[in-house]
Amino acid sequence: MSTWQPSELQRERIAYRRRQARRSTLIALVSSVVLLALVVVGIGSTPGWPRVRETFFDAQRGWEALPVVAQGLWLNIRVMLVCAVLIVVFGLTLAIMRTLRGPIFFPLRVFAAAYTDVFRGLPLLLVIFLLGFGVPALQLRGLPNQAVIWGGAALVLTYSSYVAEVFRAGIESVHPSQRAAARSLGLTYRQTLRFVVLPQAVRRVLPPLLNDFVSLQKDSGLIAVLGVIDAIRAAQLETAEDFNFTPYVVAGLLFVALTIPLTRLTDYVARKQGWYGGGGGPV
Amino acid sequence: MRTRAVVAGLAVLAVVGLGACAPEDSSSGAATPSGADDCAKDKLAVKTAGTLTVGTDKPAYEPWFSGDDPSNGKGYESAVTYAVAKKLGFEQAEVKWQTVQFNTAFAPGPKAFDLDVNQVSISEDRRKAVDFSSGYYDVRQTVITTAGSKIANAKSVAELADAKLGAQVGTTSYTALRDQVKPKQTPAVFDTNDLAVQALKNKQIDGIVVDLPTAFYMTAAQLDNGKIVGQLPAGGQGEQFGFVLEKNSKLTGCVSQAVDALKADGTLANLQKQYLTQSGAPELS
Repeated sequence: MSTWQPSELQRERIAYRRRQARRSTLIALVSSVVLLALVVVGIGSTPGWPRVRETFFDAQRGWEALPVVAQGLWLNIRVMLVCAVLIVVFGLTLAIMRTLRGPIFFPLRVFAAAYTDVFRGLPLLLVIFLLGFGVPALQLRGLPNQAVIWGGAALVLTYSSYVAEVFRAGIESVHPSQRAAARSLGLTYRQTLRFVVLPQAVRRVLPPLLNDFVSLQKDSGLIAVLGVIDAIRAAQLETAEDFNFTPYVVAGLLFVALTIPLTRLTDYVARKQGWYGGGGGPV
Repeated sequence: MRTRAVVAGLAVLAVVGLGACAPEDSSSGAATPSGADDCAKDKLAVKTAGTLTVGTDKPAYEPWFSGDDPSNGKGYESAVTYAVAKKLGFEQAEVKWQTVQFNTAFAPGPKAFDLDVNQVSISEDRRKAVDFSSGYYDVRQTVITTAGSKIANAKSVAELADAKLGAQVGTTSYTALRDQVKPKQTPAVFDTNDLAVQALKNKQIDGIVVDLPTAFYMTAAQLDNGKIVGQLPAGGQGEQFGFVLEKNSKLTGCVSQAVDALKADGTLANLQKQYLTQSGAPELS
């Protein structure tokens, strides 16, 4: 069989496809370059551009501000990581509560639904103020006074309600036949949840979960209203010195630099676990 | 193929056309008025003919404004603004107030106001983004606290270094806190002074750095047991509040002239006596 050669016609087909692929790449490249050039020329030729460049994209100013902004970002990252773990735990608990079957669990279902309704609706800033200034104002002994702790608690309360809904959507998207099959194999309700339903549910909602995680990353800066200094606050302090907004841009770039690898990683993990969206395998 | 070429051509034309529609730069040099008649009311380059549009933040605080209403002429900044307007030839009814957030007042680009009055300190770095009039008030930074806190009896700046102090973001109070007190703990930074007061009441911070008039207001009106610890030593160069104007505004020279005239004839000093008392704040060594 080693003497096999593709036929003349097949070789032509292959060559044609290669030519077409090359041509597509070339066209894409040229159109991208032309568009980019037009944008650069278009923006660069506006009379105000030098001012904008000086105010927002001053490389030297950005470099000066970087250590301070990065130090602020470290707070964002710590708050985000601690909160993210708690949010996943609370969110999943709420979602399971809400999907429990049987009349005996009615109070739990009502509690989970009410909690979600309230905390999804409340503006995050209000929750942060309520906990961050309200609780210390009670002057109770033994309770911590630190802004970071109460700000983090506010993030956990609010975001748990978002994440609970995401998890619930995942749990309810698992086909009833899966549960039926698991139960008929003799798995208990708990085992069914643990080994059949949740793995599929979590895998399906990874992208929206990541959405909430990235959103949390940015909202973690909101606790700055309680007096702590995060990346955006650090940028604001820098900007106030000379009214140059470059530090904000630096903070933005740092946030994006955090987000992109995270997104690629979750996509990769989901793919490895065989997740291609709702419809099973790749088409 | 041909349609594609046409589309591409149209796209290029569209972008070039957009470029052609780009706003013209209004060339304006920093005008230095040569005489009083250059600052005559009808020659002033105000946004709306016949009215002087003045920006300030909301809420407008005592003792700079009174009752959160800048247009009543009460409070130091309100009174000074009307005095300046009068010098420029505007009646009380011809001054229009606008809400302009502290931070947006100095973003680059054209402004919707003729001048902004919001306790903005003049600095060389800030001049790159906006114009300032001459200073209408010399500022001293002050530390306040509540009775019984650990810094309530401090006599020197060195005694404040261990305390957790707060200040409003983007203010020279924060700069003074950072550079003069050199605190060992990261300062707490708040969006507004009201939030800082809240944190002080909760004992989440030990003290706040604010300018002297605000310190009087806070300890008198906002805190139950407020106490002025003392004034920080005056920095190398005195700090001043000035009116903010658009970069290269044609008005800057005239406003500065008006402020200088009010300083020379004692009006500013009288208004300071009326609204900003100077007693009861010891000096910190």
